[in-house]
Amino acid sequence: MALRRQSVILGALLAPVTLFLGVFFVLPLLIIAVFSFLTPGLYGGVEWAFYHWNYGRIFGWADGIIELYEPIYLRILLRSLTFAALTVIVTLILCYPVAFWVSRLPDRWRLAFLFLITLPFFSSLIVRLYAWLLILKPTGLFNSVLLKLGLIGQPLEILYTPTAVVLGMVYVMIPFMFLPLYASVDNLDRAQVEASLDLGANRVQTFVKVVVPQTLPGILGGAVIVFIPSVGNFIVPDVLGGAKGLMVGNLVEQQFLSSRNWPFGSALSMIIMAVVLTVLLIAVARARKGSGNA
Amino acid sequence: MAPLLEIRAARRDFATPEGGKICALDGVDLDVDANEFVTLLGPSGCGKTTLLRAISGFEMLDSGTIRLGGTDLTGLPPFRRPVNTVFQSYALFGHMTVARNVGYALEVAGVAKAQREAEVAETLEKVGLGGMGARKPGQLSGGQRQRVALARAIIAKPRLLLLDEPLSALDRNLRQQMQIELKSLQHRLGIAFIFVTHDQEEALTMSDRIVVMRAGGIQQIGTPRDIYRHPRNRFVAEFIGETNLFSVTVDRVEGGTALTRTAEGVQVLLPADGRKTGERLTAILRPADFTIAAQGILGTVARAVYLGPDLHLSVTPDCGGPDISVIVRDGLGVGEGTRLHLAHDPARVHVLEGG
Ligand SMILES: Nc1ncnc2c1ncn2[C@@H]1O[C@H](COP(=O)(O)OP(=O)(O)OP(=O)(O)O)[C@@H](O)[C@H]1O
Ligand SMILES: [Mg+2]
Repeated sequence: MALRRQSVILGALLAPVTLFLGVFFVLPLLIIAVFSFLTPGLYGGVEWAFYHWNYGRIFGWADGIIELYEPIYLRILLRSLTFAALTVIVTLILCYPVAFWVSRLPDRWRLAFLFLITLPFFSSLIVRLYAWLLILKPTGLFNSVLLKLGLIGQPLEILYTPTAVVLGMVYVMIPFMFLPLYASVDNLDRAQVEASLDLGANRVQTFVKVVVPQTLPGILGGAVIVFIPSVGNFIVPDVLGGAKGLMVGNLVEQQFLSSRNWPFGSALSMIIMAVVLTVLLIAVARARKGSGNA
Repeated sequence: MAPLLEIRAARRDFATPEGGKICALDGVDLDVDANEFVTLLGPSGCGKTTLLRAISGFEMLDSGTIRLGGTDLTGLPPFRRPVNTVFQSYALFGHMTVARNVGYALEVAGVAKAQREAEVAETLEKVGLGGMGARKPGQLSGGQRQRVALARAIIAKPRLLLLDEPLSALDRNLRQQMQIELKSLQHRLGIAFIFVTHDQEEALTMSDRIVVMRAGGIQQIGTPRDIYRHPRNRFVAEFIGETNLFSVTVDRVEGGTALTRTAEGVQVLLPADGRKTGERLTAILRPADFTIAAQGILGTVARAVYLGPDLHLSVTPDCGGPDISVIVRDGLGVGEGTRLHLAHDPARVHVLEGG
């Protein structure tokens, strides 16, 4: 009885949110899903006729007359996944030790550091990326410092390479990795670490068997939050990437804005989403397996 | 035979945030024999945990040595010391099953799985947790978690087990039951235990020897009986059990008995033992050392409480001075306001030199 009343109240509280998400999130998604199976209009827009060659162009069953199979699409998708994975790995490696260090700082310094981590959010992403452009270009800060120090003979070509894209994404994503990671590192039970050492596990064993599993929620959380926007990112490759740094997000952007082929853009989006969902499900399954904390 | 554990002149200072210095260990000397049950007892902040952590290797000494079985432990990291700890918070690994928790020491030592499983099952049986191996620590009661922590710490057969207030999170009944179990387990395993508590009753019931600590230093080491009957100073006397302390001056000596008086005039009898008139002493009498008699210290019962079969009295002496605690077995007809005489056997009085 009480349970039913509770669920009525809960329903009432959740209704506005459900409505909002339904209208502004699920509906657009559905539109994209439907569009991806429609015929592209001659001058943009769509024609309401079933059309599977949007996917055919990507996966290889295009007829070769109206639509051409281009393996480049899959290659770009693969490249995006690789870049996103690299971004996850690099941000994780950078943030994990720092999270430990910060969690041991005195209160005052810790708060200051956490504030610094969120500082980038106060200014525009585009502006910050153009700053990177200035740093990385052949006559930029990075190269001139290295030249001055005599470490290199001529400027390094970093800008408009995959390196620049990953570097830029790492830069953008660091706070998203750091915050969940820090939360779980800060929660780490130091007594359990001591118990492990006390029971004869050396530092490496303790790290692998206790520290990593204990902070796994933060690692997975950070990885997911970094991976998802990285796969579909188009701003960083736009500014720093050049042709070799093009990512699937740029393709989607082109299809919607310049090529005006919405169905094809939708098909690409659906594929990104499928990949991301798969990754997410795997992460959630892993997290559930590893949980049950006392 | 040399003792299992030898601690010599152990010293550890901590810097306080206020810029001062706290001496957590102030030149501690302690020996523990194999298979001995030693309790560290003392008020909060006296350095008990610091001493345990110095033995287990989580705290470095500023000076002094710790030797175990003849080898110097200084400079050995915790994981190289043949010592295990039962932590106050248990510190069980939440992401592992009970069985894996218990088998952890064997796992990291590279013991084969089959043998490990057999030993885990046996150890779980030993602490009364047979069949619970598949659970996660989060699915256990407080008492069960305590047993898991114990099983985990004894499975590798350390030579010395350190227990930092392992029972303080348990309720009274469970606590008493665990006290008995711990003691008998220690007996069966043949491992030396160093057990920290600030519950003096616990210390008295469980220990072979008690180490009374205060402000980083050791006040007295002795058997429970020793510590209770022959405290070396006022601090120990007052810390262990209920005590009546009388600062007295010897009035006169009659035969085998010295008659002494407090400043207020409460009369205490001691064995003569060559005492001289005018000598100042502290006389210690436990509440159970008094009997209600026809003569003795005259007073009025201020408070009377039955605790089980015993009647606990607080008696205000007529001549003044602090109330005297008394425990009598058969207090029939005695209640608040009753006037009575308290007598004692001079031989039961423990004397500290000086007032
Ligand atoms: N890491 C530390 N930094 C500074 N001071 C410390 C540190 N650890 C302990 N102390 C101080 O050293 C003294 C002894 O502490 P310890 O933890 O050994 O006490 P304890 O006897 O175990 O007390 P309790 O019964 O409350 O557990 C205390 O005054 C404490 O404040
Ligand atoms: Mg302590």
